[in-house]
Amino acid sequence: MKISLFITCYNDTLFPETGKAVVHVLERLGHSVEFRAEQTCCGQMHLNTGYRKEALPLMQRFLEVFDDAEVICSPSSSCVAMIREHYSILAEETGDPTLRDKVRNLLPRVFEFTELLVDRLGVTDTGAFYPHKVTYHPSCHSMRTLGLGDKPIRLLKEVRGLRYIELPGADECCGFGGTFSIKNPDVSAAMLADKMQAVAATGAEVCAACDNSCLMHIYGGLHRQRQPVRVAHLAEILASEERR
Amino acid sequence: MVEGSKVTASARDRILASIGASGNPEQEYQAIERGYESAGTAQKGQKLDLFIERLTDYGAGVYRCTHLEIAATIAERLHARNAQSVAVPHDIPVDWLPQPFEFIRDHASPYPQIECCDGVITGCAVAIADTGTIILDGGSSQGRRALTLLPDYHLCVAFEDQIVETVPEAMHRLAEAMSRPLTLISGPSATADIEMTRIQGVHGPRSMEVVLVSL
Amino acid sequence: MSVRVGAAAESPSFPMAAKAAMEDVQLRQNVRHATGVIRAKRALLVEEKADWQQLRTAASRIKEHTMRYLDRYLVQFEQSCVRAGGKVHWAEDADEANRIITGIIQSHGETEVIKVKTMTSDETQLNTALEAAGITPYETDLADLIVQLGSDHPSHIVVPALHKNRMQIRQIFLDKMHLETLGREPKDLAEAARRYLREKFLRVRVGISGANFAIAENGSVCIVESEGNARMCLTLPKVLISLIGIEKVIPRFRDLEVFLQILARSATGERMSPYSSIWSGVSANDGPSEFHVVLLDNGRTKVLADEAARQTLHCIRCGACLNICPVYRQTGGHAYGSIYSGPIGAILTPQLQSMRHSETLPFASSLCGACYEICPVKINIPEVLVHLRAKVVEQGDSPIVEQLAMRAAAFALAGPRRLAAAQGFARIAQKPFLSEGVLKNLPGMLSGWSSVRDLMTVPEQSFREWWRDRK
Ligand code: SF4
Repeated sequence: MKISLFITCYNDTLFPETGKAVVHVLERLGHSVEFRAEQTCCGQMHLNTGYRKEALPLMQRFLEVFDDAEVICSPSSSCVAMIREHYSILAEETGDPTLRDKVRNLLPRVFEFTELLVDRLGVTDTGAFYPHKVTYHPSCHSMRTLGLGDKPIRLLKEVRGLRYIELPGADECCGFGGTFSIKNPDVSAAMLADKMQAVAATGAEVCAACDNSCLMHIYGGLHRQRQPVRVAHLAEILASEERR
Repeated sequence: MVEGSKVTASARDRILASIGASGNPEQEYQAIERGYESAGTAQKGQKLDLFIERLTDYGAGVYRCTHLEIAATIAERLHARNAQSVAVPHDIPVDWLPQPFEFIRDHASPYPQIECCDGVITGCAVAIADTGTIILDGGSSQGRRALTLLPDYHLCVAFEDQIVETVPEAMHRLAEAMSRPLTLISGPSATADIEMTRIQGVHGPRSMEVVLVSL
Repeated sequence: MSVRVGAAAESPSFPMAAKAAMEDVQLRQNVRHATGVIRAKRALLVEEKADWQQLRTAASRIKEHTMRYLDRYLVQFEQSCVRAGGKVHWAEDADEANRIITGIIQSHGETEVIKVKTMTSDETQLNTALEAAGITPYETDLADLIVQLGSDHPSHIVVPALHKNRMQIRQIFLDKMHLETLGREPKDLAEAARRYLREKFLRVRVGISGANFAIAENGSVCIVESEGNARMCLTLPKVLISLIGIEKVIPRFRDLEVFLQILARSATGERMSPYSSIWSGVSANDGPSEFHVVLLDNGRTKVLADEAARQTLHCIRCGACLNICPVYRQTGGHAYGSIYSGPIGAILTPQLQSMRHSETLPFASSLCGACYEICPVKINIPEVLVHLRAKVVEQGDSPIVEQLAMRAAAFALAGPRRLAAAQGFARIAQKPFLSEGVLKNLPGMLSGWSSVRDLMTVPEQSFREWWRDRK
């Protein structure tokens, strides 16, 4: 299958390793991956912060770039959530019927990375090897908007060498919330403190998630406190292999 | 009418003028999706067991008896509580009332007189097994609302055929009585306002018991 | 018109108030404990209800339908209430409602009232208006009594005094009830309240309440409670006045079968609250001989006019969204500067006040969505928050630096070449803040972020560069 990668603007800039990992896993599973260089951003940050007008052209660009893509995959549940939850509303607001149709046509083709693996490709064993103790933080968008459920955990449990440890209070938000952590830094920090405590309590070496934004936040706190726990996008764990 | 009624009349017009859609409310109301459970599915025995379980959960004692044993069961309960003076609705059946207690039949008695009674005995209109709820509608042998409120102990006589399983069934039965003063009682008065610790009995009766009569 | 939501117009911004609130260790402990207990109880009872989602859907549909035809249902309620012997008044704003109520009390020559917990009267600051008119209001709900005697503010819509623990409450009671001794257990405190209020219930001749539901079909009003204080206020006085927000109307009696099943489970984690009272106008020989309803707008028609935000008015004030909210659980209710706190407060207060005075509230959320998931009437709070954020930006009320940053970002994201240039720029711009392989001590808007968190650096090669070089 030909899979078109939507890397997202912040993964492109800050977390290229995650993109490489997605490409690696999908190719290992025998699929071909394309990257359309004209892509930029889904518009989430602007929309969620109240800059609706600025979000609209970003959506239009997205629709154009991926117009004829068969399957679109993104390693960011919050961006997929943005597309699924808000694109129809934004299109509706413009009153433009072609835009509305374009969105309707787009939505069934967009998959978050673990959705693509488990639902579309029917894979849970990706052939990965990762000999570490791993806990998993279900980001709010992945859990509530996308309803990923236990898909990420099923994928992790198939990884050879990996010991999965459940995260206590997993369904609590880490406090990132995009510009929330900038506008309300103190509340966000208090939420983060709770999350870090939960992560530390697992004794895991690595905290995984399907959103680098939350991981960047959790990492930021852990690193400042000099905690030994690392963070990794789920794709990076699935990409690692046994060295021969 | 109070002062300023002219101003309030225009407030009414302004409020109403600013809202509302055109359409067919009756038809749209009927089309509202009600996929929840309305009729219960339990057998009679299960239903009664559930009712008793819920009441016990609330800390309300349940005492079962036959029609002929109502007075004796009530006597037992009053003895157990050492209740001397007991308020009752004016139309309570005489054969419910045992000797030799002092019963105060309420015909618009002053509130302080009801308040100093040791307890009150009433019947009920409907009861709900699923939520352990007793419903009073001011109908026969239930009295007015203050009667079951001021004394510290409420003994309620419920007949098995008054008990339904679900909340929707109860609302359906109450359709005729909907405009009477209704009180739904689910266990004794309680609060959790202090550190979420449940305390039984604040202002309403602190103890409640139910005599469940078989048919 | 002066729409007012308590003292919200004078409150500090959310981030400032939150910071102050979070310094109170005792408060945070109390809030955490209380919300934790209710959440656990609620979860158990919702789980046993197999038709929970169907009930939520029905509740949401009924509310949607009612809002659509609110004018008709209000008129129907008025007619039925009058037919049952009640009097109906209409108030456009807080002051008008307070004036009507004060007028009724004065027309009877009374100087005291007993009150059932009503958020709506907190919204209009009725107590202040009554006191100014020489009328003493007695709050009778235990938590409201604690708040009133302690000259405090409610911090939760269901459990207004949840920020106080038993020792703090005991001290308030000792001081204000002039008691010489008082036990330390919650039951001793409840007993003290019972004794303090009993005499007032029997003596005071005017009662004031709000409403959980007002039924258009037959003009009935429904109040759900736990302690029995509402039953006292609704039955013992000669005159009863119910202050009811216009959104509290529901079409028919049978609709209670939905709302009564979801309310207590969501609010207190009970299958049904100990008492629900439903009455219609006045009844001969039972309860008050005079009954007034004051229907309050106070900004509600404005909310109704905004279709994207209208669902805010579906709220049945169960408080479940507060208990589940990770922000509320850190800050407690006072930080919201309004009697309506938590997620529902963050959308309701700014709308009632026409987006004035509370521009920071729509941003007081990480948009985690827990409130939407738990809400028994399915209000999509995150969606409304995002909608309101756009209004703040449209009004030009967002910080200038933010506006500039957002415009710059929009510019950079408008095409891949601009994005690549911005990525290159970021790699250079981060240099002054580099320390131990991460970014620290960031400037301006980011300083709060970097005070407790390190930021990963922008790597030398972006994904798109890697892809380009790969082939
Ligand atoms: S918004 Fe929903 S959850 Fe929050 S108080 Fe209102 S009804 Fe309850």
